[in-house]
Amino acid sequence: MTLRTPSPPAIDRAPLRREGPAKLTGTALYTDDLVFPGAWYGQTIRSTEARARLLDVELDPAFDWSRVVVVTAADIPGPNIVNSIQDDQPILVADEIRHHAEPVALVAAPDRTLLQEAVAHVTLRTSPLQPVLDPLASGQVFAHYEIVAGDIERGFAEASLVIQGEYRVGHQEQLYIENNAMIAVPRADGGVAVHGSLQCPYYVHKALRRSLLLSDAQAQVIQAETGGGFGGKEEYPSILALHAALLARACGRPVRMIYDRHEDIAATTKRHPAIVTYRSGVSADGRLVAQDIEIVMDAGAYCTLSPVVLSRGTLHAGGPYACPNVRIRSRAVATNTPPNGAFRGFGAPQTEFAAEMQVNRIAEALSVSPRELRRRWLYRPGDTTPTGQVLRDSVAAEEVLDRAAEAAEFERVRERTAAARAGRDGGGDGGHVAHGIGLALAWHGAGFTGSGEVHLASVASVELTGDGRIVILTGSTEMGQGTKTIFPQLVAEALGVPMASVEFAPQDTALVPDSGPTVASRTAMVVGGLMIGACRRLRAVVEERSGGPFVDTYRGDARDHGATRIDEHFEPYPGVEFDDTTYRGDAYPAFGWASAIAEVDVDLDTGEVAVRSVVAADDVGRVIHPVLAEGQVEGGTLQAVGYATIEEIKLHDGRYLNDRLATYLIPTALDAPRIETILVEAPFGGVPHGAKGIGELPMDVGAPAVVAAIHDATGVWIHDLPASPERILAAIHARDGAAAAVAIDPGSLR
Amino acid sequence: MTVRFTVNDDPVELNVPGMRRLLDVLREDLGLIGTKEGCGEGECGACTVLLDGAVVDSCLVPVGQVDGHAVRTVEGLARRRPSAERPAMPDDLNVLQMAFLETGGAQCGICTPGMLMAGEAFLASGRPATDHAIREAIAGNLCRCTGYTKIIEAIALAAARRDAGATQ
Repeated sequence: MTLRTPSPPAIDRAPLRREGPAKLTGTALYTDDLVFPGAWYGQTIRSTEARARLLDVELDPAFDWSRVVVVTAADIPGPNIVNSIQDDQPILVADEIRHHAEPVALVAAPDRTLLQEAVAHVTLRTSPLQPVLDPLASGQVFAHYEIVAGDIERGFAEASLVIQGEYRVGHQEQLYIENNAMIAVPRADGGVAVHGSLQCPYYVHKALRRSLLLSDAQAQVIQAETGGGFGGKEEYPSILALHAALLARACGRPVRMIYDRHEDIAATTKRHPAIVTYRSGVSADGRLVAQDIEIVMDAGAYCTLSPVVLSRGTLHAGGPYACPNVRIRSRAVATNTPPNGAFRGFGAPQTEFAAEMQVNRIAEALSVSPRELRRRWLYRPGDTTPTGQVLRDSVAAEEVLDRAAEAAEFERVRERTAAARAGRDGGGDGGHVAHGIGLALAWHGAGFTGSGEVHLASVASVELTGDGRIVILTGSTEMGQGTKTIFPQLVAEALGVPMASVEFAPQDTALVPDSGPTVASRTAMVVGGLMIGACRRLRAVVEERSGGPFVDTYRGDARDHGATRIDEHFEPYPGVEFDDTTYRGDAYPAFGWASAIAEVDVDLDTGEVAVRSVVAADDVGRVIHPVLAEGQVEGGTLQAVGYATIEEIKLHDGRYLNDRLATYLIPTALDAPRIETILVEAPFGGVPHGAKGIGELPMDVGAPAVVAAIHDATGVWIHDLPASPERILAAIHARDGAAAAVAIDPGSLR
Repeated sequence: MTVRFTVNDDPVELNVPGMRRLLDVLREDLGLIGTKEGCGEGECGACTVLLDGAVVDSCLVPVGQVDGHAVRTVEGLARRRPSAERPAMPDDLNVLQMAFLETGGAQCGICTPGMLMAGEAFLASGRPATDHAIREAIAGNLCRCTGYTKIIEAIALAAARRDAGATQ
């Protein structure tokens, strides 16, 4: 098949990626590309047990330690805590090792050979403790929530059909292609500057200030070009920056800490594994009348961001469906495994997988099309969510469902696959490869949960400099998703100037304000909104002074009045209120909506799945840049396909067994489906440009769509992710075995 | 040992251990930091360069094996080479690089140099630019951002433009 030759997009709607030429010529500077003369190399000594008492860090007396530096917990000037939600995670183990690959000591040396020699002469003396590895057996709860709406007992009393399921999803590695990396450079004022691959400069800034007892100015965080994040560089860079900074402080020189892939997979955060138990009740006239959901997330050894990951997972667990009687109970528990953290979707992919499995299984039980069932139940304007949030505007569940279903010809393909399945069941030769189509629908809250945005109190700024330049000042980072392109677009539009006139200041805490973290699909919506607000004020100030249009007068205004800088502070969106203690109110200022339809081929002999195509319809509020927006949907969709089919971490005694890229597999170009993206625009009225988030939406729908397609092909439901060949074959054999047993002795199954 | 080879047509002579990885020689000895390391074991393709026109993972190639051969890296692609004083501009790019820029084939950019080299080798092979052929050509290069869709579009666009007579 010959590919249709694509035509490049129109430049005015889709300006070229700002930092694209640098990336395409190999001149963009990622952390490992930065040169600091005289820099030493740092390495982390890590635990090799899941749980143990640390008795001693022994330095071999036969080794000449004067040529290197070693840092242990005793050398930390301030609190031995990685700043996060709870004060539980040490920078270096002082007493108890709580997970495999936990940092215990640090070594730096002027060259790599000496560093390896030194590391080989460090021994951790420990005494083993009994680890907790099963989340269901854990007694330590980091966070728990309960959301109740209506009366769950009455709901089930009204139900004539009850479908119950338990769904288990495992770890997923972010697998940005650039590993975590940080370089710390001592500052003349006794502080430290870190250059690193990171999403959230001010998270790192706060962690450095707190534990190294530095002033605002002494702690300086500079983002290098960042080779992918996906949440994996949200909180982890804080501990890595602390390590590099401690070593730099000890040796008085720049210290490079560049993880290799093995260390990155073994030690850094993953998507939380979860066990979701789900009971849904449907009335005789086909209404969804009850949802009773219990969620257990495995946080790993430390709290990290688990309370907010769990919160988002809990709030999304019902799926985008109106239901009068809902109970959602959830907890995030400790195990002696490496801590889990942020990953695109942030708790929602786990629970929405379960929600969509339930809806698809109910559709099967009712012999209704999965699309038709969703059309009956999905949220429409005016509906109320389990927290009591009334969905007033920007509700596009029906539109994304219809757009995806029509583009994929869902019902027509489904008739064909049903006929093929009937042929196989009837003994006809249906072939050994079965084709299937599956559908999923999801919602995703844009921005921080609840009152999170109020607490963040983000600032974004625009400055007309004294020499007449327009400069964007924001802590929001570029990691491939397009911040450095869409912000200049928004600013150029708001000021009425060409985009080429707008500069973007580096993400350096010495230069830019705290715009909050670059996470939670909040950058385009929240920070983009602040940026437009700042521009409108700047434009008004200049036009008032000059009496002419901004574009014609700003250079003269700068000459006459010097620099003008506008700092725009976050103000709560009108009418959006949430009570963190009762979990009632508007959980998110707005939701994005997504539907995905996957087609798969399943080899019935081997259980292997090939995902052939995905049609994805995503409502992003307003499309700022169609090419970048599509890129988000396509990339997120493939990560979801990997989550559904091949991505799996295997553990043994709390250690990740497949902690290499040769053994943790992600989809290649040959594994990837053709992805068709449909961008839907249901604008959010709380921001001037109407944009909602986009980054996470596609992650919520891909996996349940693929598993539904596998069911359509094979007739079996796979309840646990990934839907690996082993699981698919086991399910087929279990069904065929049960069928054979029925044929032999129907009474035996009664 | 002394090794002599060319990088982007420039002759290079180095006295280095023969087992030193070509990747380290490029990045650290020659300062060609465009080539990236993603896994160090030949799985991700971020370090892809061309050795006598063939796609290789430079993390798996001992520099001793390069003696007498020609290496091409991402730095050798642009029509006009950018510098610290003159950052890269769209006008500098060759046909494939420009196609990546226009279609959105580069997001975070870390797989991009390797992906471009695999794409260049594919274009040079003269094979018809079908969807499947392009996927096969870049199957050794992992990308986590794009879902590959726009990378495939970029290579197809570059192939079409070369067929239409674009030279660089």
